[in-house]
Amino acid sequence: MLKFIVRRALGAIPVLFGLSIILFAFLRLLPGDPAIAILGQHATPELIARIHQSLGLDRPLYIQYIDYINGLLHGDFGYSIINGRSVLADFALRFPGTIELTVGALIFAVGLGLPLGRLAARHPNGWLDGLVTVVSLFGISIPIFVLGYLLVFIFAVQLHWLPATGQIDPRLGLEPQTNFVLIDAILAGRWDAFVDGLRHLVLPAIALGTIPLAIVTRITRASVIDVSNEDYVRTARAKGLTERRVNSRHIMRNAWLPVTTVIGLQVGGLLGGAVITETVFSWNGVGSWVVDAIQNHDYFVVQSSILIFALIFLLVNLIVDIGYAFLNPRIRYG
Amino acid sequence: MDQRSSLTPPPALEEIEAAVGSTDYEVSLVSLNQWQLAWRRFKRHRLAVFGSILFLTICAIAVIGPFIIPFDFYTIPEPLKFCVGSTVLRAASGCPPSINHILGTTGGLQRDLLTLVVNGARLSLTIGIGASATAAILGTIVGGVAGYFGGWLDNILMRIVDVMLSLPLLFVILVVAKFLGGGNWFVVMLVFAVFGWQGIARLVRSLFLSLRSEVFVDAARAVGVNDRRIIFRHILPNAVSPIIVAMTLSVASVIVGEAFVSFLGFGVDITQPTWGNILSNSLSFIPLGNWWWPLFPGLAIVFTVLGINFMGDGLRDALDPRSRD
Repeated sequence: MLKFIVRRALGAIPVLFGLSIILFAFLRLLPGDPAIAILGQHATPELIARIHQSLGLDRPLYIQYIDYINGLLHGDFGYSIINGRSVLADFALRFPGTIELTVGALIFAVGLGLPLGRLAARHPNGWLDGLVTVVSLFGISIPIFVLGYLLVFIFAVQLHWLPATGQIDPRLGLEPQTNFVLIDAILAGRWDAFVDGLRHLVLPAIALGTIPLAIVTRITRASVIDVSNEDYVRTARAKGLTERRVNSRHIMRNAWLPVTTVIGLQVGGLLGGAVITETVFSWNGVGSWVVDAIQNHDYFVVQSSILIFALIFLLVNLIVDIGYAFLNPRIRYG
Repeated sequence: MDQRSSLTPPPALEEIEAAVGSTDYEVSLVSLNQWQLAWRRFKRHRLAVFGSILFLTICAIAVIGPFIIPFDFYTIPEPLKFCVGSTVLRAASGCPPSINHILGTTGGLQRDLLTLVVNGARLSLTIGIGASATAAILGTIVGGVAGYFGGWLDNILMRIVDVMLSLPLLFVILVVAKFLGGGNWFVVMLVFAVFGWQGIARLVRSLFLSLRSEVFVDAARAVGVNDRRIIFRHILPNAVSPIIVAMTLSVASVIVGEAFVSFLGFGVDITQPTWGNILSNSLSFIPLGNWWWPLFPGLAIVFTVLGINFMGDGLRDALDPRSRD
């Protein structure tokens, strides 16, 4: 097991290395100049040259790259050229919001997708199964922001049931400690703030979670049907086990495997979808931060944040792989 | 290519009786090739047929629609003060659907929404289909080369694919669109093609890897067939089905992707309408209650994607019966 983990972790290193080269080259090959982004219309050749010098952009590319990698290995992800703040510090400030949103969406998707999938699998090709299939295909087909605005329009603008934007009502005056709104509320012992945070989370989580919900539902359905046709399930029924026991011990136990993989694979998509969702709901997360950076030509923020995103993606994949190997011993020796 | 034979549909009862009564009853054997068999399976898939009709209808509207609808895209209408049947001064922020404008009008320039959505269909579909087709060709070439030749070439190509797959695609597309001057639909389409082939490359590689060691490839090689012919005549035809399925489904994701990029303000500019940019322009009017403006381009996207997904689902079942889900 340990050997498997080490091998997989080492395998990620060349990918990361390749990523750093691609990102570095990519941002420098594209037209556009950070100095002009900083100076705007006041740019004169002397000022541009001075800024190039202060940012180290006048040096040969390979030296810039070595410098960049050296910084990365020492935990220095660079500074924003717009406001001079450290990329890592800003990321740490924004990331909890994205995690809260993603976890919320995941809970929605898995919490609803598993029972729905099992329900559909109970009578394959029955009317309930057909309904669940059609609805889940609908779910996959709705762009996140269309669904997001639809939810806002119905539940916030028309019905006033839930708040439309933000993470918490600022009038509650909750002091940020961990930047996780819900955890902060618990730490402060503020029940009202916790409920308010949850209410703010509902619509974004549904908007972001709908596509994974549809996918989890479909996979659960397919996987349960698949396992239900196995010989050992028939045997279990033949020896007189109750239907409940067959379901929990024989079918779900085995149906879990593909479902976990798919849930893991969704995390990458969720991080991408979070960007859109954060914009729709003015959510204070990483996505909106990166989009702003791209809009402002903030080179170092873009370069490092995409790298951090890729790093997280690889890490999640690694965890999924390990989890899978843990659940399914056959993989480990493959 | 495998030739399978199959019975034609059973003759009607009276025909049989007539045949038995007079001469020998004859069973005619018609052989169907794999495409005919696939077409049969596809026709049985009700959702897939529905999806294809939906998608083809939308394509037809995109092609002929602009010639039929009463308003021309390039002439901007005279601004009105009042909406039809209303005395409230609100025409400037757009009118709800009425007889003249069956989908309503937009705020600002008061454009007819039907005209925009129908014209937008052209570009959205062009970007979706163009980018997916290009990506499928790129992916097939890279995956085919990697899978067929293997060795160090395979290693290098697949590491490149690994790296590109771990990039957060949306951000990269935003960066390229921003720096290469988005706004131009061709650039947006190219960006989706250049960053969309990796999945298909992986798929094609695995197909080539397994087909390469099939007996019929060995046989072809034994009689002296060269690499080019083996690839194009023996392996590729067997790998085409999954590629078609993957390509079909990717049309949907490119259309949604383009909408995302437009939504975030990096997409095609509004002088060339796409569903994405019509939608993103409407968003600031939502608090005014202009539900029709985002609704119709939104529905256009939903129905197109739904049609493609149903169709892709059916294609997968028809072309590749072994790989369900």
